[in-house]
Amino acid sequence: MSHAPLSPAIYGILAEFDSPTDLVYATKAAYAAGYRKMDAYSPFPIEEASEALGFHKSRVPLIVLLGGLLGGLSGFGLQYWINVISYPLNIGGKPYNSWPAFIVPTFEMTILFAGLAGVFGMFALNGLPMPYHPLFNVDRFSAVTRDKFFLCVEAADPKFDVVDTQRFMESLKPLSISEVPH
Amino acid sequence: MQQGPEENTVLMDVPWPEEPPVLGPGQTFGSMTDTIADAVLTRPIGLGWLAGLAIGMGLVAILMAAVTYLFLIGVGIWGINIPIGWGFAIINFVWWIGIGHAGTLISAILLLLKQTWRNSINRFAEAMTLFAVACAGMFPLLHMGRPWLAYWMFPYPSSMGVWPQFRSPLVWDVFAVSTYATISAVFWYVGLVPDFATMREKASHPLTKKVYGMLGLGWRGSARHWKRYEALYILLAGIATPLVLSVHTVVSFDFAISIVPGWHTTIFPPYFVAGAIYSGFAMVLVLAIPIRHYYHLESMITMRHLQNAAKIMLATGLIVAYGYFFEAFMAFYSGSTYERFMMQNRWFGPYAVFYWTLILFNLVIPQVLWAPKIRANTRWLFLISLVILVGMWLERFIIIVTSLSRDFLPSSWGHYVATRWDYAVFFGTIGFFTAAIFIFIRIMPAISIFEMRTLLPEAEVKAK
Repeated sequence: MSHAPLSPAIYGILAEFDSPTDLVYATKAAYAAGYRKMDAYSPFPIEEASEALGFHKSRVPLIVLLGGLLGGLSGFGLQYWINVISYPLNIGGKPYNSWPAFIVPTFEMTILFAGLAGVFGMFALNGLPMPYHPLFNVDRFSAVTRDKFFLCVEAADPKFDVVDTQRFMESLKPLSISEVPH
Repeated sequence: MQQGPEENTVLMDVPWPEEPPVLGPGQTFGSMTDTIADAVLTRPIGLGWLAGLAIGMGLVAILMAAVTYLFLIGVGIWGINIPIGWGFAIINFVWWIGIGHAGTLISAILLLLKQTWRNSINRFAEAMTLFAVACAGMFPLLHMGRPWLAYWMFPYPSSMGVWPQFRSPLVWDVFAVSTYATISAVFWYVGLVPDFATMREKASHPLTKKVYGMLGLGWRGSARHWKRYEALYILLAGIATPLVLSVHTVVSFDFAISIVPGWHTTIFPPYFVAGAIYSGFAMVLVLAIPIRHYYHLESMITMRHLQNAAKIMLATGLIVAYGYFFEAFMAFYSGSTYERFMMQNRWFGPYAVFYWTLILFNLVIPQVLWAPKIRANTRWLFLISLVILVGMWLERFIIIVTSLSRDFLPSSWGHYVATRWDYAVFFGTIGFFTAAIFIFIRIMPAISIFEMRTLLPEAEVKAK
């Protein structure tokens, strides 16, 4: 079987759907057809869409946990070091390591580090900020922030083939199909 | 309530027929996006908005003048003196930070409890939190007398070799409030990112597009991104919940850790947190009622929201009432002369008129909220919310001023009267808050667009 050579100018093929249900079923079909390098795009979070992509676990909770542990340890460590090692002061006969008094700043530092680690971690894992992305070249894609749902199979997928993939995506009965230029 | 695949969609979630819905009928993903975004992008600037902003900015000008004079002369221009060293600055600090707490309650605690009706009020409630915390934060700084040395509160390796006193609740407060401000700000911003992307696509002016584009960080709604986003959002809510409780607890420690009569009590933390949420929901209603009216958002901020807020005010108001009752009870039950005198002083002393006004405003008048007719009337809700805001301010006044003015030794008693500069700074922060809210609703979507979309029944994935 002969077909057109892979064009390096293409990022992938984008199909547009009208409802979250159509998107999720199309994603499942594409996964079943063997495509892996693809992504679903929607105006609001759809749990089933990431499941259909085979993306089950994010590392965000681990980052938040590590951030919280680091924050708590450094918060307590700071107070211990200040009060016991750097500048021990006898305050009303209280022990240098008055740990009950140190709980509040320790707790607040735990929350602060956990929250900031989570936010920066989430954006870093998502590769954001990313001011340019090939998908923004497709005019219809702007509706992803409004009321339309998209599935993009990327050219980097080993199974990708301009003709075959396009034919496969047409079988999913989308509203429209576009090639995504780089 | 309907069960089955629609059980999460609040449109259907009407327990009985007369209960107003969370979302008005006839909405689609597109129509909701337009209604919320067009209020920012295409709506012309009206006279009402300009007038509101002008009032806010006028008060900000007064704040600037008052703060300049304060920096030139010192805190002596205020009514504070020994023994009442705290005065308006700390009253306003506690009042403002309490108002902020309702925003976190709505955005974090109600999210964890899966109260999806919150989706239309969480954005501006979070904005309210940020601006209220900004107002609150000004007061300890101004109260320091030498605010240019504010960085001394933070543990940094100074050439003097000294460190903050970590056994003091005032230092705990520094950590609690600065963490609260930071986490509230990032929570708010993270919630805004997908909506900034919507604004980027909808904006027509190239510069507006660019600004929203930068703020939106290139968000493109990828399912993998949403997955991490949702994981983070729920975790932020999970850590913001104990945080908000800790903040007002620590604020109450500023009092409860001391031995001053009327302050040294274990009921303060829960009673302060309930009072914070009480006044915060009052502020939510004071903001929500005009915003939904002037921006025609009645189908998104429905009577259901206002009524739920009224019910929360009723509940937290009763917890506050319990606090008042037990303050009085323990004053006598403790057998301490000073505690008993503190209570008698509140009832019959020089500030008794404020005490009884506070009982009237916080305890008596809000009980009309039991009547469903009052809860269904926006004018009444607005008025009662204003009454509660004044009442909660008076509560902090009573706690701080009556206890400090007459403590153990009659020879060191005093009397506190606020000066015009106290009022200038207080009303100045109200102007700052007002101006910030007016600017916010013109430049950012005041309702979370992407969370509103999830309320539609069409947002559910159905079996094919």
